[in-house]
Amino acid sequence: MVTRTVVGAHYGLRDWLAQRITAVVMAVFSAIIVIVLMLGQPISYAVWRDFFAQGWMRVATLLFAASVAWHMWVGVRDILMDYVKPTGVRLSAQVLVLLVIAGYLGWTVQILWR
Amino acid sequence: MAAGAAKKPRPKYLSLTALLFEIRLPLAGWVSILHRASGALLFASTVWLLFMLDRSLASPRGFDFVRHYLGLAPVKLALLVLVWAYCHHFCAGIRFLLLDLHKGVDKARARASSIAVLVASLALTVFFGARLW
Repeated sequence: MVTRTVVGAHYGLRDWLAQRITAVVMAVFSAIIVIVLMLGQPISYAVWRDFFAQGWMRVATLLFAASVAWHMWVGVRDILMDYVKPTGVRLSAQVLVLLVIAGYLGWTVQILWR
Repeated sequence: MAAGAAKKPRPKYLSLTALLFEIRLPLAGWVSILHRASGALLFASTVWLLFMLDRSLASPRGFDFVRHYLGLAPVKLALLVLVWAYCHHFCAGIRFLLLDLHKGVDKARARASSIAVLVASLALTVFFGARLW
């Protein structure tokens, strides 16, 4: 009898590359935001709201959030693959993580375009 | 094999005590496991960060609430832990990207860059922590 385990195939390189590309996107965004916020005026509600109301900021934040989502998925999936051995439990946990990440992303869109 | 040589007990299982007290990870190992731990922590904490971003942008009252909320000592401490997690994940990630490009792969430089990551992430945490306080 051949026992097959659910491990998938051929997505290793794509995920490895995605992990790194999203990392670069997030690093660049983080650096820009930190610099802009530190050089800008003290943060009041108006400053904070106007900052996130700018078109470029909304799109950049969405790109950042999408990168975070993809990066999180690969990272948490790696952790689950390393530590959670029973296939059923691992698959359930992975589905749960995907739902949480989708929720994060949806919430971010809602926050940005309210 | 020399007779009488001390025979180590095999197989060696990775118990929690072994992980904590017997196995001494090299610094690169610490950077690596902390990269994983900080990543998991950031994943779990995103719901909290989004909550604060949501409230702070929703209304002036929400903004004041978050400002007051962030003034509470336990909240500040929790945020500081996340600041460290982000800084460590950031610095260790850049180190891994450089290793992927075969930069600093030899033992001495890999060790030096591990120290640099640990020190830089702590220094950045102190810097941002001081600004947040």
